[in-house]
Amino acid sequence: MTSDDLLTVSQFSVSYDVTPPVQAVRDVSLAVRRGEILGLAGESGCGKTTLAYAIQRLLKPPAVITSGSAVFHDESGEDFDINTMDEAQMRAFRWEKASMVFQGAMNALNPIITIGAQLQDVFSTHRPAMKRAERRLESGRLLDLVGVGSNRLRSYPHELSGGMRQRVMIAMALALKPQLMIMDEPTTALDVLVQREIIEQISELRAEFGFSVIFITHDLPLLLEISDRIAVMREGRIVEIDTARTLYENPTHDYTRRLLASFPSLTGERGGFVRRPDDPARAAEAGSIR
Amino acid sequence: MTTLEFKDVSKKYRVRGSGELLALDKVSFTLTSGQTIALVGQSGSGKSTIAKILTQLERVSSGDVLLDGTPIPTWGRPLRRYRQTVRMVFQDPFASLNPAHTIRHHIERPLRLDKVVPADQVEEEVFRLLTRVRLSPEQTIDRRPHELSGGQRQRVAIARALASRPALLIADEPVSMLDVSIRLEVLNLLAELQREANLGVLYITHDLATARHFSDEIMVLHHGKVVESGKADDVILRPQHAYTQALRNASPDPEKHFAAPTTTPGAIS
Repeated sequence: MTSDDLLTVSQFSVSYDVTPPVQAVRDVSLAVRRGEILGLAGESGCGKTTLAYAIQRLLKPPAVITSGSAVFHDESGEDFDINTMDEAQMRAFRWEKASMVFQGAMNALNPIITIGAQLQDVFSTHRPAMKRAERRLESGRLLDLVGVGSNRLRSYPHELSGGMRQRVMIAMALALKPQLMIMDEPTTALDVLVQREIIEQISELRAEFGFSVIFITHDLPLLLEISDRIAVMREGRIVEIDTARTLYENPTHDYTRRLLASFPSLTGERGGFVRRPDDPARAAEAGSIR
Repeated sequence: MTTLEFKDVSKKYRVRGSGELLALDKVSFTLTSGQTIALVGQSGSGKSTIAKILTQLERVSSGDVLLDGTPIPTWGRPLRRYRQTVRMVFQDPFASLNPAHTIRHHIERPLRLDKVVPADQVEEEVFRLLTRVRLSPEQTIDRRPHELSGGQRQRVAIARALASRPALLIADEPVSMLDVSIRLEVLNLLAELQREANLGVLYITHDLATARHFSDEIMVLHHGKVVESGKADDVILRPQHAYTQALRNASPDPEKHFAAPTTTPGAIS
């Protein structure tokens, strides 16, 4: 462990205590470095969301953390062990130190409360000393920062497009200047142009504030472009973790290779087999018809 | 040989409070047997409106839709016959199959209603269709949709669409709800069936990469207008219209990204 690490997860396991029990996360060890974007790739059911929720201790029964630890190394030098904090400490930790952007912004925002009020809620909970005018000013500043504009403070979620709502979620996650942002499929429901704008925004904000990001998605081509390192997850385990370039150019695990082969290349020749599956060499390379 | 022609088709939707929304603005194209056209564009560009008009779930506001030169029927028995010729595979294999019915029922129905084969051969034909989409008939025929995976369900939907031996197939985002590792399997299967039956396929998607590799031609739709169309490689590799260029530059392209000597995460490469 070095001081460069922000979060150290070791031998972490989570089970869903149903019959028969489901081991959703198995013996995961990984470190998130300060200021890096760590991509977490995997298909539905691989345990990536369970892992992200567990790090924030957001799991509800029947999910149980069965073993391992997750330690957050605060920039003050203090360490927070997520398994041993009590509820009050945990409430203070969440959002203050590590925030989350959930999948599907349309469901994460309250439809009958203005986005301004929802942003100001964060401050009234975590910064009780803040005056009302300050809260409003700060909320407006956040909306400006993510490109929604402070003039939308009084808008309701339904008055904003999906992309704008997702930006509001990002603004909310940024509110307390956390050191870690966990983003669970933040752009999956959006189309490519909006997705690209938001990705660039996240990238700029990270450069400005230096927070770390755990970016969860099944969209490997997107991860390859935005992540510093990528962890590939399958059946609860991390099968491979490396820099984006190494993972792309020299994947060592079969599953990583298969995932990479699942995405035909946009401008290159790779993936041309879709139109020419009768060409045995390409079909074999794809391994896709079984 | 079947030809379907869209001629200056416009579609207006009435929107409460703000008058009318022009969903399609004089769209023209031709789809013939044996040809695969990809229809790409952002959400709200009008892609699904085209699919709905083709299956007559919506009517045109102006313009013509012609099947082999004659306007497509809008009601009654002729419409039913038309719908045997033009079949649809929907995006969501969870919603498009009836949870109460077995797989057998799903595939039998078009066979019986459209009298594709004599009644005593229906069972055999169901087996043939399931085998054709690489499902084991013995293991799937008496199951219900919830017992199958997403990929298997979409195969059932494809078998059902092919049951009445259509000439044209509309596939509206057929793989976007499937796990990434099985998307290509399903697309490859579609491509194979397309060649085998000489189907005309309209592949509706927002994924430029699969559009390029799966189709002969690509049509780019923006605010209800076709802004660019042409050979798949030309449209993706040498886009002419600014909107197509924007779409392409926004799509992840690791190959190009890592080819550049220095890369900044998140930057357009």
